[in-house]
Amino acid sequence: MTEMDPAVGAPVAEPALAEHHAASRRNPDAQQVLSVENLRMYFPVKTSGIIRRTVGHVQAVDGVSFQVPAGGSLGLVGESGCGKSTTGRLITRLLRPTGGRIDFDGRDIAQLSQRELLPLRREIQMIFQDPATSLNPRHTVGAIVGAPLQIHKVLPKDKIIPRVQELLEIVGLNPEHYNRYPHEFSGGQRQRIGIARALTLQPKLLVADEPVSALDVSIQAQVINLLQDVQNEFGIGFLFIAHDLAVVRHFCPEVAVMYLGKIVEIADRETLYLRPHHPYTQALLSAVPDVKQAAIGGRRERIRLEGDVPSPILPPSGCRFRTRCAIAQEICAKVEPPLLQIAPRHKVACHFAGELGHAPKEPVTMKVCGVDAHGAPVPGEVPDVQLNEPGFSDRWMDLKTGQLTGA
Amino acid sequence: MFAYIVRRLFAGVIMLVAMSMMTFVLFFASPIDPARFACGKICSPQQIAQVRKGLGFDRPVWEQWKDFAVGVVKGRDYPADKSLQKSAPNLVAHCAAPCLGYSNVNVTTVRDEFKTRIPVSFSLAIMAFIMWIVGGVGLGVIAALTKGSIIDRSVVGVSLVFFAFPTFFVGLFLLKFLAIKWGIFPVPNYVSIANGGVWNWLVNLVLPGLTLALFYMAGYVRMSRAFVLESMGEDYLRTAKAKGLAPRKILFKHTMRAALTPLVTMAGLDLAGLLGGAIITERVFNYNGLGKLAVDSIAVYDLPTIVGLVLLLGSFVIVANIVVDILYAFIDPRVRVG
Amino acid sequence: MSFLSVRDLVVHFPTVDGVVKATEGLSYELDRGKTLGIVGESGSGKSVSSSAILGLHRGTNAQVSGEIFLDGVDLLKINDESIRRKRGREVSMIFQDPLSAMHPYYTVGNQIMEAYRIHHDVSKKQARARTIEMLERVGIPQPDRRVDDYPHQFSGGMRQRAMIAMALINDPGLLIADEPTTALDVTVQAQILDLLQDLQREFNSAIIIITHDLGVVAEMADDVLVMYAGRAVEYGPTKEILVHPEMPYTWGLLSSVPDVVGDTDAKLIPIRGNPPSLLSPPPGCAFHTRCDHRDKVPGDLCRTTVPELTPARAGGNHTKRCHLANPDEVYATEVLPEIAPETLEEQG
Ligand SMILES: Nc1ncnc2c1ncn2[C@@H]1O[C@H](COP(=O)(O)OP(=O)(O)OP(=O)(O)O)[C@@H](O)[C@H]1O
Ligand SMILES: Nc1ncnc2c1ncn2[C@@H]1O[C@H](COP(=O)(O)OP(=O)(O)O)[C@@H](O)[C@H]1O
Ligand code: SF4
Ligand code: SF4
Ligand SMILES: [Mg+2]
Ligand SMILES: [Mg+2]
Repeated sequence: MTEMDPAVGAPVAEPALAEHHAASRRNPDAQQVLSVENLRMYFPVKTSGIIRRTVGHVQAVDGVSFQVPAGGSLGLVGESGCGKSTTGRLITRLLRPTGGRIDFDGRDIAQLSQRELLPLRREIQMIFQDPATSLNPRHTVGAIVGAPLQIHKVLPKDKIIPRVQELLEIVGLNPEHYNRYPHEFSGGQRQRIGIARALTLQPKLLVADEPVSALDVSIQAQVINLLQDVQNEFGIGFLFIAHDLAVVRHFCPEVAVMYLGKIVEIADRETLYLRPHHPYTQALLSAVPDVKQAAIGGRRERIRLEGDVPSPILPPSGCRFRTRCAIAQEICAKVEPPLLQIAPRHKVACHFAGELGHAPKEPVTMKVCGVDAHGAPVPGEVPDVQLNEPGFSDRWMDLKTGQLTGA
Repeated sequence: MFAYIVRRLFAGVIMLVAMSMMTFVLFFASPIDPARFACGKICSPQQIAQVRKGLGFDRPVWEQWKDFAVGVVKGRDYPADKSLQKSAPNLVAHCAAPCLGYSNVNVTTVRDEFKTRIPVSFSLAIMAFIMWIVGGVGLGVIAALTKGSIIDRSVVGVSLVFFAFPTFFVGLFLLKFLAIKWGIFPVPNYVSIANGGVWNWLVNLVLPGLTLALFYMAGYVRMSRAFVLESMGEDYLRTAKAKGLAPRKILFKHTMRAALTPLVTMAGLDLAGLLGGAIITERVFNYNGLGKLAVDSIAVYDLPTIVGLVLLLGSFVIVANIVVDILYAFIDPRVRVG
Repeated sequence: MSFLSVRDLVVHFPTVDGVVKATEGLSYELDRGKTLGIVGESGSGKSVSSSAILGLHRGTNAQVSGEIFLDGVDLLKINDESIRRKRGREVSMIFQDPLSAMHPYYTVGNQIMEAYRIHHDVSKKQARARTIEMLERVGIPQPDRRVDDYPHQFSGGMRQRAMIAMALINDPGLLIADEPTTALDVTVQAQILDLLQDLQREFNSAIIIITHDLGVVAEMADDVLVMYAGRAVEYGPTKEILVHPEMPYTWGLLSSVPDVVGDTDAKLIPIRGNPPSLLSPPPGCAFHTRCDHRDKVPGDLCRTTVPELTPARAGGNHTKRCHLANPDEVYATEVLPEIAPETLEEQG
């Protein structure tokens, strides 16, 4: 109810940068602002005994590698609980990773102390899902948006209010409203406040964790457009976390799909949405109900995924998706499929990677893993250990020939 | 669950140790000489010194505490000083474990003093507890069901009035009218079941019980009203309604169970507090319970009794906390099963 | 007359700030075996109007008027006891958040059995057997064991399956599913939607599915009702409405959500501003504060006069509430090229 009432009193200024956008494009020349390598986060699971022992770990994030280009965006999708938010919290260093590297602007920040992180907090900002709970209800909008300026002492006191007003204007809010409280705004407006706060210090990287999921459909598009605007205007790199595959497709030229703490497929948008090679990505995409398709006749054949995601405390051996995979074979239980590059900008972690309905008969990973078709080690073959690097290499394995090729 | 209880009890014991230490330290930090008080009105310096020695107040704090702690576990003899024991063996009092000390003021061990006081305070507390739970929750639920009506408003209003009046006033009022003027109840005077039978025990408890209950009731009326109203907005009540469940069943099976659970915590802790004595009510009705003992021993600076009371009260609260948590696990499966 | 026929339904809530007009003059029809999708953003009156069918506003301060015929009986005229007997037996409802929709202190089985025993005079044992059968039917593995689990021990998808089992255990003619998949992941959503369709075929029930996702409507519904500020603004067969929408708000819904297929040149066109307050909805067409096309209507019509629900230009059973004289042309020339550039290329 209160969702909309404030809107009456707070007319929205037309966003300063308003323009309707097509999907974002990738800039091939961009440097990487963030490069994550083999990132891991294990949360201990304790017994309830007299002395609380650690009996296992939630492998929330397990060996994840990716890159975010400066001024560009990488999308991170997957079902709930697969580790998306944890990845985001690791990169903003709200959590200290169990292992791995987080290279931000050429410096590994994975194990920095809170004090060493302070200057970096300016450069990496986060936007949260729930605009209602992520803003302090007792502070005015001006205080919320201006707080980072004060904490980091970047501006003299008398310059703060004009800067706050400028920011409010950028995100399409009435600059006169800096004295109001968050509850006086609607959900979409509150999310704009959150964005203004994140922009205050002109960060190089924004981790947006489900920034539009809590918003009404008609408001989602406003916020997505705004995010595209600020990205273009300020050249901010985005790690865009969402479970809505369509939103991610619109915002991110490159997308990574996570399942149970691992990236199973990462590719540029066209490849991932048109020719996904991982059975999970294929299932995920086919589950999305589609207006246009249904409108012009009939629905697509859906791949039914049976059952639920297994527990991240005891993930399945080998390939973590095998308990729900329609084409799983013996090798899948024995050998974990490496994230193999199969095209200039396409990596996939599946022994039987292939387009939907065209899975190969033989595992494509035999050679890199040094195993035979049943997953038994082949004497003399050495597994390739170089497989968990962030970014894409100039050479990749051609699925048709099974040979390493290059551009 | 078992491991959990053991862990909690262990933490409770540690808390009690800390509490007793703190009481000792605070006591000795104060400028008043406890031996003076213990000795009596007219006392020569020699007598004071002797009392001090007899009670062991002349030794360092931590040693006294150690003796005390040993006494709790093993029991001990008074006076503490070995030479005094030898010189007057007929005056040595043995204090069995758990020994909480010896009160010179009351001329008995704290433990024996408690033994006579506890039944009084417990009877009173339980009587009041039953009255305020039945009355408070009942009225709260009725108020919630008639929300906004005249019934609702008068229930809430009247309970607030009783809450606002000081306990001694309500107590004296009840005493004056119900007992003295109209003679509906006898002028309360604690009678144990052993001495006067159940009926006498009960009748004598009504007025002091009611005095206490009226005070606590206000909170319970408001809380149970609020919880019932809150749970009436829950989604699962909408589900229950949408299944076609009869309103009475919705209320008793679905609403109340969820609404009254949070009250368990409150009720448990309130009861624990009250078991340790109701200071004002016991004075008004001249009941020799723990509350009255507390006031009296503070007035004369009776260290052993005060320390004993602190520990007793502390253990009530700790045990109540554990019991409440166990009860909670039984009520709420989310706590019980993973 | 149709199996379900809602006519001129009005639901108002008097509050201290004024009257909240949650539903205004809503009418629709639904037959057994068919599905009606109700779409609209949050606060548009979808849940309020649908729960009126079960009489869930009785005993509150809500003012409900109009007619709701279910199988020829006007549900707004019968007494409280009669409507209670119909709940769960003739009309069932499932809700958005399956965790909070179940009582945390009772086992899943207990709650489903309860739904059965309200309407059937059977022993606990029989009810339990029936419950296990239903759980099996909705695809809960090991139903004889899981029946004794508590809701928090189920996953989100399993909870919603259990809710469906509870709703269908008495084989009701009408099932109202209020955002049944909003809280679920897409893969689980697909499972639940499949399940609903299978069960509908099996029991030949009528389904009202409430959602804000046009994709869900496209896959599930035979008819769509688009609601805005408590009113139906467009109503008709799903295909008609998705291919030839004639009301700017519907265009907004279509153009403000991205898609997983189609051209990446497609633009995302948000609907301006915020949904209106139902305390004081804008006069005239409630959408006029956000409509990009009101200038095409001569005079001040959009601001002053509520448009009637009139037959669409494209014909069929399709009606819309808009003053535009040529909505089909506006859509084809102004909206479609922005949101679906590929369709134009195909055509020429
Ligand atoms: N008990 C009530 N008292 C006053 N207003 C109410 C009440 N219940 C609902 N409303 C109002 O009725 C309107 C419609 O509510 P409804 O819940 O049907 O919306 P909805 O379309 O289902 O939205 P959502 O997608 O958020 O569930 C809202 O403006 C809401 O604030
Ligand atoms: N503090 C924590 N302690 C234990 N487990 C956690 C903690 N935070 C997250 N997890 C677990 O990590 C996994 C990934 O969580 P998260 O990243 O939040 O998922 P999502 O993809 O929904 O954002 C989940 O199984 C979650 O339960
Ligand atoms: S590796 Fe095997 S189980 Fe895993 S996705 Fe590929 S085929 Fe399926
Ligand atoms: S009636 Fe006017 S304001 Fe309303 S939708 Fe049609 S053109 Fe827009
Ligand atoms: Mg998350
Ligand atoms: Mg709703």
